[in-house]
Amino acid sequence: MPIQSVNDFVVRFANVNGSGSASANELFARSILRMGIPVAPRNIFPSNIQGLPTWYEVRISEAGHLGARGGTDMMVAMNPQTWNKDVGSLEPGGYLLYDSTKPMPKSKFRDDITVIGVPLTAITNSAYTDPRQRQLFKNIIYLGALSALLDIDPKIIEQLIGEQYKGKEKLLSSNVHALHLGRDYTLKNLKCPIGLRLQKADKVGDRIFIEGNSAAALGAVYGGATVCAWYPITPSSSLADAFTGHCKRLRHDPATKKAKYAIVQGEDELASIGIVIGAAWNGARAFTATSGPGISLMQEFIGLSYFAEIPAVIMDVQRAGPSTGMPTRTQQCDVLSAAYASHGDTKHVLLFPEDPAEAFEMAAQAFDLADRLQTTIFLMLDLDIGMNHRLCRPLKWDDAKQYDRGKIMTAAMLEAGKDFGRYLDVDGDGIAYRTYPGTHPTKGSFFTRGTSRDRYARYTEEGPAYQDNMQRLLRKFETAKDLVPRPLQANAGKPTKYGVIYFGSTSPAMDEAIDLLEARGHQLDRLRVRAFPFHSSVSSFIAEHDFIYVVEQNRDSQLRSLIVNELSIDPVRLIPIVHYDGTPITARFIARAIGDHLDALKITPLRKVVS
Amino acid sequence: MTYVVKPKFHHPELPKNELGYTHRDYEGAVSTLCAGCGHDSITASIIEACFELSVEPHRVAKISGIGCSSKTPTYFLGNSHGFNSVHGRMPSVLTGANLANRDLIYLGVSGDGDSASIGFGQFAHALRRGVNMVYIVENNGVYGLTKGQFSATADRGSKSKRGVTNTDNAIDMVGIALQIGASFVARSFSGDKKQLTPLIKAAIEHQGAAFIDVISPCVAFNNHAGSTKSFDYVREHNEAVNFLDFMSDRMPITVDYAPGTVEMVEQHDGTILALRKLNAEYDVHDREAAMSFLHQYAAKGQIVTGLLYVAQESEDLHGHLNTVETPLNALSAKELCPGSAALEKINASLR
Repeated sequence: MPIQSVNDFVVRFANVNGSGSASANELFARSILRMGIPVAPRNIFPSNIQGLPTWYEVRISEAGHLGARGGTDMMVAMNPQTWNKDVGSLEPGGYLLYDSTKPMPKSKFRDDITVIGVPLTAITNSAYTDPRQRQLFKNIIYLGALSALLDIDPKIIEQLIGEQYKGKEKLLSSNVHALHLGRDYTLKNLKCPIGLRLQKADKVGDRIFIEGNSAAALGAVYGGATVCAWYPITPSSSLADAFTGHCKRLRHDPATKKAKYAIVQGEDELASIGIVIGAAWNGARAFTATSGPGISLMQEFIGLSYFAEIPAVIMDVQRAGPSTGMPTRTQQCDVLSAAYASHGDTKHVLLFPEDPAEAFEMAAQAFDLADRLQTTIFLMLDLDIGMNHRLCRPLKWDDAKQYDRGKIMTAAMLEAGKDFGRYLDVDGDGIAYRTYPGTHPTKGSFFTRGTSRDRYARYTEEGPAYQDNMQRLLRKFETAKDLVPRPLQANAGKPTKYGVIYFGSTSPAMDEAIDLLEARGHQLDRLRVRAFPFHSSVSSFIAEHDFIYVVEQNRDSQLRSLIVNELSIDPVRLIPIVHYDGTPITARFIARAIGDHLDALKITPLRKVVS
Repeated sequence: MTYVVKPKFHHPELPKNELGYTHRDYEGAVSTLCAGCGHDSITASIIEACFELSVEPHRVAKISGIGCSSKTPTYFLGNSHGFNSVHGRMPSVLTGANLANRDLIYLGVSGDGDSASIGFGQFAHALRRGVNMVYIVENNGVYGLTKGQFSATADRGSKSKRGVTNTDNAIDMVGIALQIGASFVARSFSGDKKQLTPLIKAAIEHQGAAFIDVISPCVAFNNHAGSTKSFDYVREHNEAVNFLDFMSDRMPITVDYAPGTVEMVEQHDGTILALRKLNAEYDVHDREAAMSFLHQYAAKGQIVTGLLYVAQESEDLHGHLNTVETPLNALSAKELCPGSAALEKINASLR
């Protein structure tokens, strides 16, 4: 029985990378958004530039579920390399759109799906002669076919094409022409629409559609970052690129055209973090963007930032490790390596944004935290948030907000005779005053070093002075607990003994999973952790429940380990739910894993049945 | 090595510079390096250069890596901020610091272990970016703090104190600096203060990446027979291309050399270098000639010292990046944050 669904299904495009499909696929997603229906697109791409399989998955959900769902209802199969796998992955009753120019043997299809053939190559070749045009317009032609099959208003697509090619009339009209080639053929020769259909709705509201990397980069602009040093690495390169783009538009002096920022592509990740630390030592707000392998390389400098107390912001767009791992697949696998980065006793502040809107806010906030706490702040993004367009609330900025530059001793303060000890805890919060180089001719200079020192920054290897300093660093970390974003709790409708802790990009799948679990009769209280060190409410949430599921996207349940270690929780009470195949976690997965566990807990013991 | 605390008083008639500072105002803590260490002589030259130029001590940021040489910033300019970073990474830290505030003078001090081995990449990249700085390598061909291992600048065939012969080729940092585009390249010898001090002064005034390789014998591990970085060896094999008398435009130009032997070299910022030419053919603006000159003498086993190259037109990283004149660290939220109205426009473009 073919699937029948309005505004709630998953379309997957199977393409060859480098074939120009990305822009047509994005047009598809945007046109549905313009119809007022929420979509969540995801790129599944190889670590390669041309010729390998790539997929673009669009989840359409009027209910607003933005997590990956799992399963495909309609496949646009444009890649012969992956044909068998693509056809095999369709849900029973699903639809297959394929290029029927060359006949395919019946054995290549399935009996339980609807096969829709459109002779895309034939249509393209009869209209275009240039090979490059043929390749590009074939994509627009299948978009035209889809508009007929799914009932997308072609005017909306035309409008989007118009916005994209504003001022390039020739490209505009040829794209619109290609769109209608596909659409007209399909309307004329096939039954339209199919069981999957789109209907205008009003469920998008004022939300925006943005990639997390671009949002985080914009957060850096708003947060006052002036120095960015980075080394190319997937999936973080687009963050540095976005920062460059935003700065070009927003950060040039209108009169002199000069740049109020400096961006350096370092020779490696070590140089990148070195530049960040040098700049921040000298009073500029600085950051780097990287991924897991970069974090590994930066370890020594991160320890310097911790011990010498120099602000730094590291935006870690996580990908599947270890080693080179799966560079283009998503994971939350750097939690431990970031939290305890570098040798010796260290701990670092981590922020976990759930979507681009939070990535923007937390990126800006990271610079305040770095200056306030005089240490490295990690913004823990991942490929799923970073490199996919995500529907999220509009970005907001309060113009009354001032940057918190932390404890800076000025020339006037020094002149007034204030006692300056670079590592002197004057306020009891573990945070000491610092001076910028060049502050005063005779007062306030000090020597910054990674070796141990006393409260006045004088080199020492005396045990008590070393311990005094290490204890103060712990006090500072305590102070951080109340400065970082608090966890957000959402309780079930009825009281329950069970809770779930999750973070970052798991968020939309988790929200949806709660609905699925409730449908199965399970109640769960939720806590979304948004930062490390953990706020006291994490401990109390755990104390209030018998069992807590910790849902995360890595093999070793790293956040759970961090909770066990930092809050001294009995590990038995924290049940790991891990998803780590490199694809984004789905609501179906979470609901199944937690649901099965809860079902097992609910089995009445035999003794009770007998008695 | 000494543990004596340096006394603060000084002779009332110590000469003062334009700022009214004496030498003492440019000194730092007492050196804890070995007695007779070449590095201490370099420290003395740095102090002398800053004093003579009337540099405000707190307007200098002194940045180093790890090693004996990297300890020396503690021993000069006590009123400057110093940063003993991580091994081999002084160049990146200095680059960042320079980006944050273009108004300070950046003095990078490094050693041959720091810059020719672990930090060879950073050494090269900071120079090729044209970071406005003075980059001094205190080059002794040996790892002192870890007790005498060869460094990458140790000459092939030289003998360690333990009697081991080095079979690896040496890296000539001056050659590399010339090749990758440093706009000021010099070499000197720690024992030759007369040559070194003017070179440091000129490097400070130079607006761009200034590199000075200073051969600095290690009295503990590299001053024996068979070493090519010992005092005796360097003195015997030194080929000085020129001697420099440096004067900035603020000072009256007094040259007491016979006409024909002094070449006035005007830098693009108006400062003037007076070169006392020992070698009539030597042209400090010819980078290719400098490189072949270097090779010619190296083949004869001679070490060329002096100002080897200075670019006629130098530019720096801030110029390349077209940054504003105000130091980036002095820009406020008002200048940096585009505000909510701009954000509303961005939101609108994302729908």
